[in-house]
Amino acid sequence: MDKFLQLTLTGLTNGAIFALVALGFVLIYKASDVINFAQGDFLLVGAYIMFGMVTQVGLPWSLAVLATMILAVALGLVVERLVLRPLIGEPIISVIMVTIGLSSLLRAIVSSIWGTTGRPFPPFIPNQNISIGGAVIPADRLIAIVLAAILLILFSLFFRYSREGIAMRATADDQQAALSMGISVKRVFGLAWSIAAVTAALAGVLVANIIGVSGVVAGIGLRVFPVVILGGLDSIPGAIIGGVIIGLLETYTGGYIGGGLSQVVPFIVLILILMVKPYGLFGEVRIERV
Amino acid sequence: MESGIFHTTYEKDMALRRTPVMRWRIILALTAVLIFPFLADGYQLTLANQIGIAAIGAIGLNILTGFTGQISLGQGAFMAVGAYSAGLLMTRMGLPWWLTIPIACVITAVVGALFGIPSLRLKGLYLAIATLAAQQIIEWLITHWTGLTGGVEALVLPSPKLFGIRLNTDFNFYWVILLFLIITIIFAVNLFRTKIGRAFIAIRDQDIAAEVMGVNIFRYKLLAFATSSFFVGLSGALLAHYRGIVNYERFTIETSIFYLAVVIIGGLGSVSGSIYGAIFMTLLPAVLTNIGRALGDTMPGLAGVLPFVQQAVFGITIILFLVFEPEGIAKIWRDIKDYFRLWPFSY
Repeated sequence: MDKFLQLTLTGLTNGAIFALVALGFVLIYKASDVINFAQGDFLLVGAYIMFGMVTQVGLPWSLAVLATMILAVALGLVVERLVLRPLIGEPIISVIMVTIGLSSLLRAIVSSIWGTTGRPFPPFIPNQNISIGGAVIPADRLIAIVLAAILLILFSLFFRYSREGIAMRATADDQQAALSMGISVKRVFGLAWSIAAVTAALAGVLVANIIGVSGVVAGIGLRVFPVVILGGLDSIPGAIIGGVIIGLLETYTGGYIGGGLSQVVPFIVLILILMVKPYGLFGEVRIERV
Repeated sequence: MESGIFHTTYEKDMALRRTPVMRWRIILALTAVLIFPFLADGYQLTLANQIGIAAIGAIGLNILTGFTGQISLGQGAFMAVGAYSAGLLMTRMGLPWWLTIPIACVITAVVGALFGIPSLRLKGLYLAIATLAAQQIIEWLITHWTGLTGGVEALVLPSPKLFGIRLNTDFNFYWVILLFLIITIIFAVNLFRTKIGRAFIAIRDQDIAAEVMGVNIFRYKLLAFATSSFFVGLSGALLAHYRGIVNYERFTIETSIFYLAVVIIGGLGSVSGSIYGAIFMTLLPAVLTNIGRALGDTMPGLAGVLPFVQQAVFGITIILFLVFEPEGIAKIWRDIKDYFRLWPFSY
């Protein structure tokens, strides 16, 4: 029972981080129909900027988080303006490839500044163990869950009530209709990319706090594909629930079956979901019979 | 005065050599590749062999992605299937090397078709993600099915011999690769003059219209996956015999991305473009390395950042091509030819 609880807690933290990364993913897809293969590298950039701000510039961590978020917004805006906007209306393969190119470029920039060796992250979240009902969980992981939950609630409220959030949903629904209602679609795209970059940067900081800063952080970008497919590419609740399901699935297979199976099970689920229910649990179904 | 190439009969439109100049270009290119190995040094031959293998793989991917419009992120895994099949058939079953190549191609074609089944319901983005999953699953199988593949340990192949001559030297294997490359090119160019090839193109251009016109979409998509994987397997098998060693690290998602970059930069839906792309993308890092080495004396810090420069240039090249010339080198080459053909009235 202890093992089950332990695995569940670990799975939930992983799931929360997956959900956070998936959120940025879904945002970009919803607003602009772009799949961002560079999402993992946004995490990497966020983690390293935070690392640089704390250990190299010497800022207190609250200011460092703020600086990281501001730089992430700038990164999102620059990427959208220079790389993605020229490709509006281009075939899907161009869009996929351009984000892959971007991913390669970002990773090269990060490694040329900070090198490729992994480093410990400055501990800004207290790192002692807390035991819950017999299961032991490091405090940083618990805080990761709480932070992820707060961020997800904030974003849900943002989309529900704020002017910009509603404009983004309108754009996602129908770009032409949104344009005719006086919404600047370009601004919405910029906003989507900057929000995605910020969530990715924060997720990167959370991940780096747990596993340290290294290229491994970027690997989460690929592991999030099963999450978004399971939840539905254009659904924010889907990203959250998909994240939790995949997070739990990974730790349960890792804990009960083992043998490295936890790395591949999400992708098997992905294939199955794609064959049975391609738009995921909560995605909008677009019926096309060919 | 010419104003462009216009064909007045179907025969002319279907012909392989569309203009008289093409015959001379082909003869010139053939002479060049036949003379090249006698003039080149070992390093240049290695590069040429890499280009040849990359070109075969790129033509394979282009059949699927460029001509049929199905995006595949599983190229690396399919190459791995080809390479491991060739390697295992040779080491475990003791087959002669020349027999392992066609069998490896067939095995890869079957595996490719298997992972093409999701394309029944998926297209575009979703298919790309499904092939990404295929890549991860195959990679995982190779590293974890230790009993079959040896896991993360590299698989070592005995060197291929023909009439007692060791073939896996750069010079000797050049001819093997050249032979297979020429066969691949001839097959691919002709494929798109047949019913099957036309069906592929129809599916890419408008799948609904193709279905209405009687193209069995699922069948042809699977066929495209199988044909494409056949050549991808060929390039994997050749790589295995050329290097004499098979290691999963050469067939990761990075490989898939490299080949997608090759076909995009070369030109989607163009056989010659695949070759231009293979040349460009193989020479680019080599040229950067040489520049880095030349500047290494004056700027000592350069050697350390060289890998990152290569990675950055790789990313920037993809982005710049997609933003400024999405149809790739094939289009640039066509534009240059048209410019001179139509000069001075180029409109």
